[in-house]
Amino acid sequence: MGSGSGIFNENYAQDMATFRTRRDWGILFGFLIVLFACPLFFSDRMLTIMTMMGIAVVSVHGLNILTGYCGQISIGHAGFMAVGGYTSAVLCAKLGFPFWVALPCGALAAGIAGFIFGLPSLKIKGFYLIMATIAAHFIIIWTIIQLRSITGGPDGLSVPTPTIGGIVLSSKANYFYLVMVITCLATLLAKNIVRTRAGRAFIAIRDNDLAAEVMGISLWSYKLQAFFIGCVYAGVAGSLLLHYFSFASTDQFPFMDSVWYLGMLIVGGMGSTTGAIFGAVALKLLDELVTMAGPVLSAAVAPQAAASLALISHGLVIIIFLIFEPRGLHHRWEIIKAYFRLWPFSHEALE
Amino acid sequence: MTFFLQLVVTGFALGMIYALIAIGFVIILKCSEVFNIAQGHFVLIGGYLGYTFLVPLSLPIWAALGMAIATAVIMGLAIERFTIRPLMGQPVLAVIMVTIALSTILGGLATLLWGAEYKAYHGLLPTITLKIGTISIPSESLIGLIVSVICVVLLMLLFRYSKIGLAMRATAEDLAVVQSVGIKATTVYAVSWVIACVVGVIGGILLGGVSGANMELAEVGLKAFAVVLLGGVNSIGGAIVGGIILGMSENVAAGYLDPLLPGGGLAKVFPFIVMIIVLIFRPYGLFGLTRIERI
Repeated sequence: MGSGSGIFNENYAQDMATFRTRRDWGILFGFLIVLFACPLFFSDRMLTIMTMMGIAVVSVHGLNILTGYCGQISIGHAGFMAVGGYTSAVLCAKLGFPFWVALPCGALAAGIAGFIFGLPSLKIKGFYLIMATIAAHFIIIWTIIQLRSITGGPDGLSVPTPTIGGIVLSSKANYFYLVMVITCLATLLAKNIVRTRAGRAFIAIRDNDLAAEVMGISLWSYKLQAFFIGCVYAGVAGSLLLHYFSFASTDQFPFMDSVWYLGMLIVGGMGSTTGAIFGAVALKLLDELVTMAGPVLSAAVAPQAAASLALISHGLVIIIFLIFEPRGLHHRWEIIKAYFRLWPFSHEALE
Repeated sequence: MTFFLQLVVTGFALGMIYALIAIGFVIILKCSEVFNIAQGHFVLIGGYLGYTFLVPLSLPIWAALGMAIATAVIMGLAIERFTIRPLMGQPVLAVIMVTIALSTILGGLATLLWGAEYKAYHGLLPTITLKIGTISIPSESLIGLIVSVICVVLLMLLFRYSKIGLAMRATAEDLAVVQSVGIKATTVYAVSWVIACVVGVIGGILLGGVSGANMELAEVGLKAFAVVLLGGVNSIGGAIVGGIILGMSENVAAGYLDPLLPGGGLAKVFPFIVMIIVLIFRPYGLFGLTRIERI
């Protein structure tokens, strides 16, 4: 919100507010009411899609803090989700922990895993770090399979239906509410983390880590904080995912998911909380389109066309965004907002 | 002892194929500073191309190899022109993501064209059996070894004596200088992608000859990354040494440890464990240049 909107900040509180005007608050409440009214008129299938979107949004927020803000590229996000998911699943299934205790435990475990695999980031960056995080993904999944007595290994592990208080989250609608509440809280938290001292340090590290260090930002501390926070988000998302299916299997965390989370970030626009939401929703919608088009295409062309369509369409979307709109959907959104704010004097558009 | 030597010898041959694939990666990196994640998918395409030309089309081996190389050249040119060139000068992440997206597209194409199925073509490559003492060298490994060595030598000669090879080395050294003396950098980039595709495809045919073509061939690309990290990302010699070390150690480790571990599959994660260790203790590999950064 730059100048041109005709609204001026008169004190610090106004300057810092996320929602600045009555209209902003109105839009927020309108959105929340519509969102939480969804189970009233949507089918279970739609709710499943939206739940999956919510989980993806949480996960991409984490990746956004780590990659979009701190510049530490991670292609092992699904691996960290697996750590969080399995920790909470095992705590629930084997030790009988209640869901609301297991979820934060899973998040913490994922954070610690992220912390450990983030250690190489102190010495390496760019491609080397990507390799380290890819390695992290495969090592985590392999370890989970090896720990057969605890995790069920390749056979998987069934997880009891989560309950909070006296409410059993067995229906799609109940779980939808849970995921949406967590998604909204995660979004609010993500939006605010990047405005704190740590968040500003992350941005400085992303833009030039050597310069940041010279200015007195401890790379050691902040890079690891970014890994920890990013992976805590992944852990929450992973544990929501496993509890939704009431079943834990390493197949739920394929390597390609790690790639798609990064793809969501690129499509949405890196370094923007709104972008993370846009990206996750857009790629999940693309997923649904592919799922719908798949059977038609399979019948028309070849049985394997559906599987290949998913891969090719995702790859193409990412390439097209990188070439034509590297700043992602978030940038488009800003352009649209500026257009309406300045209308009819579009020549004043601020860039 | 025989068991150990057997593992070492087959590992050595396997390592040479890894080295060949890794060289494709190193060449692109040296010329254009692009980290090509799709290298493993060139191998995948190569494996399936080998199947197509050898089995359904039943071409003789030399014709099949020629056709596969021709396809690889076209693939390399197309990839460079349509995905890499528009992104010249973009940040590292953008270019890496493009190669990742490329790898999924190639994987999707392989699924579409060959149905992601296991396609075997054992025994179609010429068979030579060699026995040294008690160790028998499987013919596929031997052919892999011979072809990889020939390719590596050819590449060395190319870089030493041919004009384009010299241009590529100069580009690796300093892009601005190369452009100012009138060498077209885009040609150099295109050639580097073509070479990467060709070595990837040849590696794919060799590995396909050993284990058949299937989607898992793409994972060899990940092993190639471990190789280049071990050898140092910008060293061709390092890629060869790294490839041999990784091939041998992977084979030996899998041979001895797989029976002890319940799930097995150590050969799959082994490269990653190597990778993490190298990245922590010697990030620039055995022969890589240490990069010094200034603000």
